[in-house]
Amino acid sequence: MRQQDGRLLILIVIIAAFSAWVSWPNNPGINVRIGEFLVERNIDVQLGLDLQGGMQVLLEADVPEDEEVDPAAMEAVRGIIENRVDGLGVAEPVVQAVGARRVVVEMPGIQDPERAIETLKETGLLEFIDTGTVALPAGTVVQTTMGGPALGQEPPDSDAVYRTVLTGRNLRGAAVNFDPGTGAPSIAFEFDSEGGAIFGAHTAANVGRYMSIVLDKVIISSPQITTAIPEGRGQISGNFGLEEARSIVLQLRYGALPIPLRVLDTRAVGPTLGAESVEKSTRAGFIGLIVVLTFMLVYYRLPGLLACIALIIYALITLATYKLIPVTLTLPGIAGFLLSVGMAVDANILIFERMREELRQGRTLQRSVEYGFRRAWSSILDSNISVWITCVILWWFGNSFGASMVKGFAVTLALGVATSMFTAITVTRTFVHIAFDLAGDRLRERRWLLGI
Amino acid sequence: MFTLIQKRRWYFMISAVLLVLSLGTLGYSWITRGSPLILSIDFTGGSLLELAFDEPVVPERARGILEGAGFPEATVQTVAEGRQIVVRARQMEMTEKESLTEALEAAWGESTELRFESVGPVVGRETTRAAIMAILASSVAILAFIAFAFRRVPNAIRYGVCAITKMFHDVIILLGISSFLGLIFHWEIDALFLTALVTVVGFSIQDVIVVFDRIRENSTKRRNEPYETLVNRSLLETLHRSLATELNAMFVMIAIIFFGGVTIRHFMTIMLLGMLTGTYSSLFFAVPLLVVWQQREWGRIFSPRQAAAAT
Repeated sequence: MRQQDGRLLILIVIIAAFSAWVSWPNNPGINVRIGEFLVERNIDVQLGLDLQGGMQVLLEADVPEDEEVDPAAMEAVRGIIENRVDGLGVAEPVVQAVGARRVVVEMPGIQDPERAIETLKETGLLEFIDTGTVALPAGTVVQTTMGGPALGQEPPDSDAVYRTVLTGRNLRGAAVNFDPGTGAPSIAFEFDSEGGAIFGAHTAANVGRYMSIVLDKVIISSPQITTAIPEGRGQISGNFGLEEARSIVLQLRYGALPIPLRVLDTRAVGPTLGAESVEKSTRAGFIGLIVVLTFMLVYYRLPGLLACIALIIYALITLATYKLIPVTLTLPGIAGFLLSVGMAVDANILIFERMREELRQGRTLQRSVEYGFRRAWSSILDSNISVWITCVILWWFGNSFGASMVKGFAVTLALGVATSMFTAITVTRTFVHIAFDLAGDRLRERRWLLGI
Repeated sequence: MFTLIQKRRWYFMISAVLLVLSLGTLGYSWITRGSPLILSIDFTGGSLLELAFDEPVVPERARGILEGAGFPEATVQTVAEGRQIVVRARQMEMTEKESLTEALEAAWGESTELRFESVGPVVGRETTRAAIMAILASSVAILAFIAFAFRRVPNAIRYGVCAITKMFHDVIILLGISSFLGLIFHWEIDALFLTALVTVVGFSIQDVIVVFDRIRENSTKRRNEPYETLVNRSLLETLHRSLATELNAMFVMIAIIFFGGVTIRHFMTIMLLGMLTGTYSSLFFAVPLLVVWQQREWGRIFSPRQAAAAT
């Protein structure tokens, strides 16, 4: 055994063992502590919406095409939607801004798509409630006379039901003001005439008590009524910073969403179809892999066997990469992985065919192996580069929302081909070297082992 | 030695028949359906609703229900012995979908929603634009790749032109097959179809390059051999590789088609068909074309005398 091959073999065994450990189902996750440095990660296969069932919604700012959308407002929209999706009780949702005017929402395993969409689009309920003598801290969840928090939203923090004095329907506007003396920000707001009358009466009767502002049953701010406010114009001053004041104003002004949204695109996969797809594609993958392994074994004999072992290592490494990066697996993604198995085998076929030819021309075993690997190398590299180029184009194509499932295919295919460069060439070559060195002369007498 | 390339007039005839059939199907579909290929809602916008029922659905009645629900243009397709239906219609709101489902459930009982997609026209247009860009980009990439692969070869332009002609040959046949599948089984062209197309065209260029590479190698080693024999030798030498690779890819694809999920069955079928036509045309169209060019027998491509004279 040559020294270099020995070293490579150790490296391959280590990589294979690590990959096998990562790929193992129910892997406990990585938990490493090195001094101060703590790595903690659980590793699971991330399944795409098409495999676990769920819904993907693309929302767009519902404003005229030529109108600029304020990035800060859009970010606020994203944040609010994220809260709402969390409120729906979705595990691991994705809420992502796309470009300047769009938000993609992914809700795996959602049970009731209709209600989810309604919840996302709704402008939110703004209430002014009478909280008596207590100032409730922002973020408290309450029940009001208009109802409790929505199903799936966090439960209220107490059993108390507060009276709703006014709702956002009566609010005409809101703005951030600055105290001329101290420069501290405050919030000015104005009700319409109906709201003004109710507000005037309420404030006159409740000076010294608290009137809290509630959005979707969550306290935003709990100001104290310092004086009767007859004209329907009021001011909230308090201990808040400029950012906070701005966000309260945004929420006062637009209910919940600073920008109205419309649904551009919805894609939902039921959990039954998803589960069926996982089961079926796993089975298909196994069957395909076994047939390929059998073919290689029967057709190429000893080198084929070595290629099979390399192929199993390949599958382990790829699965481990998916878990570690992590790559979200989709149905086209699985197809991409399986195709990359084909590419990995193709590299070995090129090499072995070359080897056989050299052997037939009477070259020694050693030299045939060397020639096989060296001459096939440029073809393998060429074809892999062209696959990568294709993958880059497809990945780019998958960036447009309507073709997003293409992305999974491009990613797994490209990763698979990269991994196969290592397993189909380095791993197989090391195995072939070692096996031929060990078998030595015996191979010369049993040429059927080489498939000639 | 086994003679393959000498029978090239047959291969050209097969290719010609396939091309004529493909173009004919595309044209027929264009005339009868108004479009050579059926584009999916990925590109056109619209909605797709897939429901599973416990009892078989009667498509005609389902169509009536759809019309009553305000979707006169909708198409209904039944799968899994009629127990599943796929409805394709204009874009629908969640509330519209709910009332439609209720109307259908009133006729055939409780259903399970397997899939629902609703694509707005804006997204459809964007996907179409991205698709066109992807096709252009991959064409340029393949051209650049061919130019690169044959950069130091005499008559490189011939290799290049043959490879590109083969690419068109494959694309037309694949589109023809898709058009046929569209006419018979209502298969649609979606984003995944395009992915399959771009991928197999890329893959099958490999086969050409492997054979052309071998021709290049042999032509320096065996200067005295007639070109035709040389090409035949190269073809035979690489045939093992081409077939072995093809077989392996086929194993995987057939496994997915038969045992994998329904959702990617079309995708894989197109990929498999593309792979088959691609490999065939690499060996039996692109390579013979090169020989024809080299021996300047353009006027006699289909003539039997040529084949007779060569053997």
